[in-house]
Amino acid sequence: MQVKVLLFAAAKEAAGCDSISVEVPDDASAGEVADALAGVLPSIVDLMPSCRLAIDNEYVGRDTIVSAGHEIALIPPVSGG
Amino acid sequence: MSVAETESSKMIVRITDGPINIESLLTDVGDPDVGAHGWFFGVTRRKTTRGDTTKITQSLSYEAHRPMAISELEKLAAKALADFQLKHIVIVHRLGDVPVGQASVVLGCSSAHRVATFRANEWIMNTLKQDVPIWKRETYSDGSTQWVHPIESDGPTS
Repeated sequence: MQVKVLLFAAAKEAAGCDSISVEVPDDASAGEVADALAGVLPSIVDLMPSCRLAIDNEYVGRDTIVSAGHEIALIPPVSGG
Repeated sequence: MSVAETESSKMIVRITDGPINIESLLTDVGDPDVGAHGWFFGVTRRKTTRGDTTKITQSLSYEAHRPMAISELEKLAAKALADFQLKHIVIVHRLGDVPVGQASVVLGCSSAHRVATFRANEWIMNTLKQDVPIWKRETYSDGSTQWVHPIESDGPTS
């Protein structure tokens, strides 16, 4: 299935786009989506280990199962305030 | 903007793209049953020193995963209301360019006693800086830019 991943801050800048679709197996985990993302965007590989993942505006662990309709976000270390 | 009001307490969370009008927020935490209003303003600082190097900031620019940032701010405001026995709370975060000296975040809360507001402000800001998906990009005086992505070993940041 194709899933769309939202990119922010340095990840967005390195990728040159604010979202990207990646191909993953059906019932893939969030971690597998992150790995697929790193495969198609070598420019963000260094940032990936410090990033968290979110599905539908909630932080999730790498084991969370992703569905095609989910909105996935790659969350680099935050720096609000 | 998000407002959640019960009979006894009120919670306001907002993300804005322009300057924060602090004066207009002052009454949001007012209540005859509180004895303390606690406020925190986070503002753009001119100098950043790391080791022997000092960089001069021209401006900060903030971006957010907006719906998730609102959701995370609502969660932490609701938890702070309950955990610190606050009466009211207001949190406003600004996005876009924030020049030196201007506020990027304004937090106000009220409680029967002052200690609850001191503790709540510290906890809310620490949690905001850890979990709310908002990012700042520095533009330095030499024209260079850098996204700020603190990792734990960096220690406290602005």
